[in-house]
Amino acid sequence: MGQQGKHLNSIKVSHEKHTSSCETEIMAVPETVCISMSQHIGAPCQPLVKKGDYVKVGQKIGDTDAFVSAPIHSSVSGTVQQITNIRSVTGGSDQVVIIEADGKQELSEEIKPPVVNDMKEFIAAVRESGVVGLGGASFPTHIKLNPKNLDEVDTLIVNAAECEPFITSDHRLMLENTEDIMDGIIAIMKYLDLKMGYIGVEENKPDAIEALNKAIADRGKSDVIKVQVLRARYPQGAERVMVYEVTGKTLDAGMLPAQVGVILSNVTTIAFIGQYLRTGKPLTKKRVTIDGNAVNEPKNILVPIGARIADVIDACGGYKAEPKKILMGGPMMGRAVYSDEFPIVKNNNAILVFDGPQALIPEETGCIKCGICTRACPFDLLPVSMVAAYEKRDVEKLEALKVMQCMECGSCSYVCPARRPLSFTHKMAKGFLKEAASK
Amino acid sequence: MDNKYHGNLTVSSAPHLVGPISTQKIMAIVLIALIPAFISGIIQFGYRAAILTIVCVAACVLFEYLMNKILKKQQTVGDLSAVVTGVLLAFNLPAGLPYWIAIVGCFAAIVVVKQLFGGIGQNLVNPAVTARIFMFIAFATEMTTWPTARGAGIDATTSATPLGELAKGGADAVTASNWDLFIGNVGGCIGEVSALALLIGGVILLVTGVISWHIPVTFLATVAVCGFIWGGLDGAIFHLCAGGVMLGAFFCATDYVTSPTLPLGKIIFGIGCGLFTMLIRLFASYPEGVSFAILLMNILTPYIDRLCEGRMYPMPKKAKGGDESEK
Repeated sequence: MGQQGKHLNSIKVSHEKHTSSCETEIMAVPETVCISMSQHIGAPCQPLVKKGDYVKVGQKIGDTDAFVSAPIHSSVSGTVQQITNIRSVTGGSDQVVIIEADGKQELSEEIKPPVVNDMKEFIAAVRESGVVGLGGASFPTHIKLNPKNLDEVDTLIVNAAECEPFITSDHRLMLENTEDIMDGIIAIMKYLDLKMGYIGVEENKPDAIEALNKAIADRGKSDVIKVQVLRARYPQGAERVMVYEVTGKTLDAGMLPAQVGVILSNVTTIAFIGQYLRTGKPLTKKRVTIDGNAVNEPKNILVPIGARIADVIDACGGYKAEPKKILMGGPMMGRAVYSDEFPIVKNNNAILVFDGPQALIPEETGCIKCGICTRACPFDLLPVSMVAAYEKRDVEKLEALKVMQCMECGSCSYVCPARRPLSFTHKMAKGFLKEAASK
Repeated sequence: MDNKYHGNLTVSSAPHLVGPISTQKIMAIVLIALIPAFISGIIQFGYRAAILTIVCVAACVLFEYLMNKILKKQQTVGDLSAVVTGVLLAFNLPAGLPYWIAIVGCFAAIVVVKQLFGGIGQNLVNPAVTARIFMFIAFATEMTTWPTARGAGIDATTSATPLGELAKGGADAVTASNWDLFIGNVGGCIGEVSALALLIGGVILLVTGVISWHIPVTFLATVAVCGFIWGGLDGAIFHLCAGGVMLGAFFCATDYVTSPTLPLGKIIFGIGCGLFTMLIRLFASYPEGVSFAILLMNILTPYIDRLCEGRMYPMPKKAKGGDESEK
């Protein structure tokens, strides 16, 4: 809970967590995987392999000297078929390494548990693991865990809210990989010398809360690690909302949690670090929730990174109906893709396929000035005023209305009775302001 | 990248879900909340109250449909806002009003006030309230010919409204008791007579979250305080229950489009409505002032909105001397 018991504005969305009791299945290795060299915020990796090379599982196939980046590893054993460029989901161009799998899944000899004795070695190990923010941001974790003002940071917040409808991959992780989470938290707190660790979980996952509490007690860490039960509201899992609800500290857009003494990371990222320190196996697979009304068997499935959406859907019983909309991520902030040939990347936590009305773009009608959007905004922004200012391309007004504070959580668009694409317009307005500032 | 589904998929911006509340649902809740007042109007004034309401609704919907056709705009009949305007306008009319006058009023509300300003969401002032004022001035006699309450034939005699009596002869001339006013056993407009029925509707709107407390509470509180100063507790209750205060406070002043969006603005708006209502009732030559008060505050709404917005998100102050080239 935030300061003085106050909460930020939030909205109720239907949870649609159909797959929360589906134990994670392991996907068979597809014939080919298409591994993108740009799976993180920052500089893309350069391929370290060439056409015809034989690669093994966990072998590093992409890296760069750039600071903001993370290496990429092969998820299969097999032969590099092609290194090429594909149109990315955002419309840009991505270099990809296409590997024909031989099905043997031979492990790379490079894989061995890292030797970690201090902070420096810990950060180096995290970088080598290839981990990035797995909750969706895909910011390289080794940078996040190494803030400039580390001596001012004393709190770790594990983001396990999973407030997006449909997605249950973090929920399943908390039940199936509870010990990995504990290992990860304890390691980060040890090497970064943090005093307190909080795991923020929404109240709609009582079994996960129980499992985490038990694991904390088993490790004798009840005094320094606490489960913070949060209201099951959207967007509870947004970084700035989570920091406020757990610590009461306000984070402006553009500020890092470290500036208020907090390191915040997604629970899957933390669990992966715990696992990596023990096994040395880099990030090559990802637990993904497959759901939506156009797939036969909604489930949680452990997918080799680079598997194509079409292959993953095949592993879930195929399409039930012709899909009309495919989402990478949740329905609130996820991205609609135009093809099911796109490969799974590190930060994917869900693939949702829809048919029927859910796939349609709702008809927009006139704004009736009801103000529901303002009451939905976690940061008390005025969506309607921002849209009006953007329509006039009024730079001063947009700045005064603090449009840059908008995190595009989509709450305003969701609640709008006139179905206006408010959140999207804010995104456009932010782009416009950035462009205006650069002139 | 060619495959079966390439190019057939919908690509749109997030979020990909819409909430359960639509404009149509909001209007439907408003209509449900108006049912108690409709029933009390029928009990009070008989079948003609029902027919006049139906005529107004039909006329408003038809005008809305035709205007959208003529102006080649998205058809908005389905959002039910025209139905709400029709009901609210009818509720502001005496039950014996000739149908053709009611239809002229509907034309003013939908065609002039709403559609010519750009349709739903674009009108500056409340269509029903403004049309009522237009009719009040254009058809002064018909609009103030109040059919006698229950029991008497509609066309038989006309009775005075409590506010009419007050304006003519002062507080002593009012024949109805406050209890009659509360339950609606008085002469007046179809939907205005029963404060009780309107309160039930108001509670429905508040509980369902369609409206917030700010406008009705500040509106009614201002009327009550002024009424108390004027005539003690009895005076406060009289002014709350008489005329269009209840209908105005819960259903007309709370119209999203023509009232401020932010809580502070709603409070200013509510107080303004209450104050102007009472000023007109007590000092002006018209017996009733709710419609004028709401219209006046409607016109002030963009300024109130700007004021409140500027308070939350102030524009940066211009450097001294300013940029002359902008002028």
